Amino acid sequence: MPRKHHIETTINGESTDFLCEARQSLLEVLRDTLHLTGAKEGCNNGNCGACTVLLDGQPVDSCLVLAVEVQGASIETVEGIAECGHLHAVQQCFLEDAALQCGVCTPGFIVAAKALLDRKPQPTEEDIRFDLAGNLCRCTGYDKIVRAVQNAAERLAAK
Amino acid sequence: MKDFDYAAPTTIDDAVGLLAKHNGRAKLLAGGTDLIVQLREFFREADVVVDVKKIAEVMDLRVEADGRLWIGAGVPCYRIYRDERVANSRGGLVDAARIIGGWQIQSRASIGGNLCNSSPAADSIPALIAERAVCHVAGPGGRRTVAVDEFCTAPGKNVLAAGEMLVGIEHPATAAKSASAYERFIPRNEMDIAVVGLGSWVRLDPTGKTIAEARIGLGAVAPTPLFAAEASQWLSGKPATEETFAQAGELAKKIAKPISDMRGPADYRVHLVGVLVRRTLATAVSRAAS
Ligand SMILES: Cc1cc2nc3c(=O)[nH]c(=O)nc-3n(C[C@H](O)[C@H](O)[C@H](O)COP(=O)(O)OP(=O)(O)OC[C@H]3O[C@@H](n4cnc5c(N)ncnc54)[C@H](O)[C@@H]3O)c2cc1C
Ligand code: FES
Ligand code: FES
Repeated sequence: MPRKHHIETTINGESTDFLCEARQSLLEVLRDTLHLTGAKEGCNNGNCGACTVLLDGQPVDSCLVLAVEVQGASIETVEGIAECGHLHAVQQCFLEDAALQCGVCTPGFIVAAKALLDRKPQPTEEDIRFDLAGNLCRCTGYDKIVRAVQNAAERLAAK
Repeated sequence: MKDFDYAAPTTIDDAVGLLAKHNGRAKLLAGGTDLIVQLREFFREADVVVDVKKIAEVMDLRVEADGRLWIGAGVPCYRIYRDERVANSRGGLVDAARIIGGWQIQSRASIGGNLCNSSPAADSIPALIAERAVCHVAGPGGRRTVAVDEFCTAPGKNVLAAGEMLVGIEHPATAAKSASAYERFIPRNEMDIAVVGLGSWVRLDPTGKTIAEARIGLGAVAPTPLFAAEASQWLSGKPATEETFAQAGELAKKIAKPISDMRGPADYRVHLVGVLVRRTLATAVSRAAS
C-alpha cells in the first residue's frame, strides 16, 4: 500500500483534514475524498480551468496541484462562494445572462471571475478576456460569459 | 499516475541530499505545471517528488540597492509581474511572465521551472538571455553559476548534472537608460506555444538617441534558445531608429535554424525573427528613453 499523508487545511473557511497519496491531485481529493464535486475535471492537464479553486487567494488549476502540497493552506472552492444561502453576484449574473449551457466550465469561470473582481472591481472587457483566458467553454461562447462578469461588476459596485 | 513519495525540504542542503540519496529517481517540483503533466502522462517517472517551495532562498524575490535582482527558482510568474520594482526594470521578463499560460498557470508556474524544463519555446528564456541573467546552481560539489545563454543544451536538456538543482536566477545591476521587452508570435492572443519568441535589451547613451549596448535572445528557432551575438554587438553605437532595428533583425535571422511543424514552416519563422527583433527593440528603446 502506498504511504498516506495526513494533510490539514482550511476549505471554504472550515478546518479540514484528509488522508491522501502523494500522487493524488487536489482535484481528486476535493471530489472523491471530500465530496466537493463543484470543481470539474475537464482536461486534467491545466488547459481548461474547469477545476479552478483559490489556493491562498490565487486561482489555480487543482488538477495541477498535488494534494500533499496544500498542507497549512487555505482553499476556496465554488461551494464557498454563495454567502449565507444567497448567490454571489457573479453566480446570479451567470444565471440571468444565460452564461452557461452544459455547465461543466461554469464552476471554474465563477471562481476565476470572482477572484478577478476581488482584484479589479472595474475591469475592462480586455481585462476580463485576458484574465479568464485560462478557462475554456465549449458551448456557450465567450461573449455571454464576459457580459455576465461585466454585469456582476456593476451590481457589486452598486452595492 | 504511478505512485511516488513526497518530500518538502526546507534547506538547499537537504534538497541536494535527497537528490543524491535517490540517485536520479528524485524529481524536483516547483509549480508542477510541467512536472505533474509529465508524470501523469508517463513522460517522466519518479520515486520521490522533492518540493522546493518550502526553501526560503528558492522562494525569495529580492532587489538589492544597486538594482541586482534575485529571483528564487520557485517564484511564480504572478509575483514577478505584480512587483513594481521588477516591472520597472525588467520589462522583458515581465512581458513573458504575463503570457505563460493563463492566470491559473501563472499562480504556480515559476521562471526557474520554465528554465529547467528547457523547452526551446519557453517564454522566459529569451528575455533572461537579453537581460544577461545568471543561474545559481547547487549540487553535491557546492555552488556554481552559469549564464542563462549557456544553460539549455538540447530540447528538454540543460547543464544541470546529476544531483544538481537551480537555486535562483540573478540579474546584474541596472544601468541608466536601459530596458528590455519580450514578444512572442502566436496565432491567438493567449494560451499557446510561441512560434517565435524574442527578447531584446538595450542601454542608450546619455543623449537617449544612440544605442550604447544591446542584447537579443531568440526562442523557438533552434533546439535551444539562442543569444544573437552578432546582431547584439552590431547594435553598439548605432542610432536608435527603425532602420537600425530592421538591420539588426536581418543579422539575427542568420542564426535562426528553426524546424517546420504545425505551428509554422521554417522560412516563416525566420521571417518572424526579423519582425520581432524590430518590434522588441522599438519597445525596449521607448521604455529605456522614458
Ligand atoms: C496550460 C499550460 C499552459 C502553458 N503555457 C506556457 C506558455 O505560454 N509559455 C511557456 O513558456 N510555458 C508554458 N507552459 C509550461 C509551464 O507552465 C512552464 O514551463 C512553467 O514555467 C514551468 O514552471 P513550474 O514551476 O510549473 O515547473 P515544474 O513543473 O515544477 O518543473 C519544471 C521542470 O523543472 C524541474 N525543476 C523544477 N524546479 C527545479 C529546480 N529548482 N532545479 C532544477 N530543476 C527544477 C522539474 O523537475 C521539471 O523537470 C504551460 C503549461 C500549461 C500546463
Ligand atoms: S481539469 Fe484542470 S485545467 Fe482542465
Ligand atoms: S457551458 Fe458547456 S463548456 Fe461551458
